[in-house]
Amino acid sequence: MLKDVTIGQFFPGKSIIHRLDPRVKLVLILALIIALFLAEGVVSYALMIGFLLVIIKVSGIPFRMVVKGLKPILFIICFTAVLNLFYTPGEYIWQYGFLHISREGIFVAVKMVLRIMLLIIGTSMLTYTTSPIQLTDGLERLLSPLKRFHAPVHELSMMMSIALRFIPTLIEETEKIMSAQKARGADFETGGIIQRAKALIPILVPLFISAFRRADELAVAMECRLYRGDVGRTRMKQLKITPLDCAAIAVSFSIFLTVAVLGQAFGL
Amino acid sequence: MSAILEVRDLTHVYGAGTPFERTALDRVSLSIEKGEILGVIGHTGSGKSTLIQHLNGLLRPSAGEVLLNGKPVWDEKGKCDRSVRFRVGLVFQYPEYQLFEETIAKDIAFGPKNMGLSDQETAERVREAMAFVGLGAGLAEKSPFALSGGQKRRVAIAGVIAMRPEVLVLDEPTAGLDPAGRNEILYEIRQYHEETGATVLIVSHSMEDTARMADRMLVMNQAKVMLLDKPEAVFAQAEELTAAGLDVPEITKVFMELRRRGIPVNPAVFTVEQAAAELRRVKQAGRGSEPDGEVKKEC
Amino acid sequence: MSEMIKTEQLRYHYQDEEGRPVTALDGVDLEIGRGEFVAVLGHNGSGKSTLAGHFNAIRLPSGGTVWVDHMDTRVEENTYEIRKNCAMVFQNPDNQIVATVVEEDVAFALENMGVPPEEIRRRVDDALKAVGMYEFREHAPHKLSGGQKQRIAIAGVIAIMPRCVVLDEPTAMLDPRGRREVMEVVRVLNERFGITVVLITHHMDEAIQAGRVVVMHHGRVLMDGAPREIFAQVDALKGASLDVPQTIEILYELNRTGAGLPLAAMSVNECADILQGYLAG
Repeated sequence: MLKDVTIGQFFPGKSIIHRLDPRVKLVLILALIIALFLAEGVVSYALMIGFLLVIIKVSGIPFRMVVKGLKPILFIICFTAVLNLFYTPGEYIWQYGFLHISREGIFVAVKMVLRIMLLIIGTSMLTYTTSPIQLTDGLERLLSPLKRFHAPVHELSMMMSIALRFIPTLIEETEKIMSAQKARGADFETGGIIQRAKALIPILVPLFISAFRRADELAVAMECRLYRGDVGRTRMKQLKITPLDCAAIAVSFSIFLTVAVLGQAFGL
Repeated sequence: MSAILEVRDLTHVYGAGTPFERTALDRVSLSIEKGEILGVIGHTGSGKSTLIQHLNGLLRPSAGEVLLNGKPVWDEKGKCDRSVRFRVGLVFQYPEYQLFEETIAKDIAFGPKNMGLSDQETAERVREAMAFVGLGAGLAEKSPFALSGGQKRRVAIAGVIAMRPEVLVLDEPTAGLDPAGRNEILYEIRQYHEETGATVLIVSHSMEDTARMADRMLVMNQAKVMLLDKPEAVFAQAEELTAAGLDVPEITKVFMELRRRGIPVNPAVFTVEQAAAELRRVKQAGRGSEPDGEVKKEC
Repeated sequence: MSEMIKTEQLRYHYQDEEGRPVTALDGVDLEIGRGEFVAVLGHNGSGKSTLAGHFNAIRLPSGGTVWVDHMDTRVEENTYEIRKNCAMVFQNPDNQIVATVVEEDVAFALENMGVPPEEIRRRVDDALKAVGMYEFREHAPHKLSGGQKQRIAIAGVIAIMPRCVVLDEPTAMLDPRGRREVMEVVRVLNERFGITVVLITHHMDEAIQAGRVVVMHHGRVLMDGAPREIFAQVDALKGASLDVPQTIEILYELNRTGAGLPLAAMSVNECADILQGYLAG
């Protein structure tokens, strides 16, 4: 049930994409997003689609999983499509009452839908191929220059990785509590909004109590394992930019630049 | 005796169609007699937890069915009547983690309220349930979170007992308790059984505790029923139980060892009292004679 | 034998939810030597877990003194060194695992200590091998069994290379298989690595594996001695709301009708030996 959500999941592997430095992947994702917004015509979109298809192929993530990742945002995709389809002014090719579809509308709708889909696929490729710990690690190191301005970069990344660690535990716990309350006749499926919200109390109260107890115990355990913040901390896994990372950056950036030039200068 | 619950060819598959597919129950059939205490044992992953969640309709069978008093728990339309949950009361492992109300009385009243009982009837049930688990009436208005671990667990058990279930199912009711707490909980469960005549299922890793109380024992292994019989008969197969990775009581191991040394003791013992009686009998009969008859069960 | 932990007239009070003072420890004098394997037994509320908290400076005495490796736990500057020398494993395996990958979790304390990366790698691998979890190093902890999680937690403290490990009811939430796995690792800690082990438990079959048993009752040390001496005192143990191993209880039961057997069966085989003698006699 709750376990079926694939967004943010990590699929361990040994592909080139898996082996890239998380910092490089984070920068590339940012560049990919910008490139997506600069893409304009069929050619530049085709380039982007081709790029992502190659990434998926190389990463070895089953295509099915990638598509499944789109399911939660299906509604947003449809909404965008409908909105753009019916409300873009231009040369009408179909009309019924106040509804109309224009040639431009079709084009814009397809473009927007593609943009959202590519955006989601791109970012989910990041999470599919990068373990949460690498991700927070990469983020911490990318942002580490901000430490000079006393930004709590280390603390934030620590919080993020602990949160990621406890999400599966809390999901499991929620399911257990739900079953236990159902066994006492709790009903989460019927009734109006207020009734349903009230029905959540028997789940939320125990869940919060347990989450706070866990936090308390974890804090003690962390102290016992000599945690004292960022002071004199080293890392087992050092991040190192390898030739592979350089090659990946070079290839990706040349594609993104081509897309930008084609899209913006030539409108292709 | 008649069957209160009947399990027919019950199969349950988790995560069907995914790479994580796992068959937790594989064509399990058994019937549970009205008024008996059934001990359910098996190691983690043997399917025992999945089985009990089918008895009150929390889980839906992948195949097969469960009948409560002859009626299917899930009907043909794929619906499960909520009243099943009240008639088969299920106490989960570490039930103290489900407490949520401000007072003990309110928390215990959650089940009866969901049944749609009147305030008066609910109050009566709460009083009765508190008495069953040995919580003094003076505690009714206290916060359950101010109690010790063992007491919290009793509140949680009372929350299920207050529904007056015909079948009371307890998953590891003594997990994590010290010997004193364990004995108290088991005593209260037995008390409930004796006074109400309810059918009781106790799921446990500890064979000693279950064997002491149970009329029959169900041994689950690898998603199937391995044994379902009287405790004496189950322990007579101590070798097979050990081979299946189950923890037989130390005293049973001692008797298995004595057998191995050629001493004619009946190895089907699981309590110290039985063991002592058997040893005295063997001593009196003198060495060399074969064990005769079954060991008398003392509780 | 030089001492690892020493307590002198240790007292600990706290206030319960209603503000009433509770005495959890009431004058505990205890000395635990280097390399010992001590089991601390007691029913819930006997003070055994509170005592364990003092060995790691999680709790500080209300009265009396605790020295860990000759360092007074009340001196704040000592806390870090004390925790490096005397590590702790807690009851709930879920609430002491920090990282989303097994090996990263084992590395956590070493990273905090500022150990160089190559050395962390080596120590993490060694620790994982010691608890038999090396092949799981890249797994996600939440997908492991309770016993496996607890072994990861133990690996996380072995990697620190402490002189002493305190385990606070490490098996209370585990199934029999998990309990066996953890107890095996605990024995390895003591026997192979010579680490002082303090095991808090209420399971007799675990205490029997220790070299010394301390029984706590009402915040005091009720008994202290070798398992053989302790478990022979069946009445005193029952008085402290504790069980006796079945291998002893059967002898005790037979003695009630005048069998006169020695209450000295620490294993199935020893028990069978004595019973064989009883039947022959």
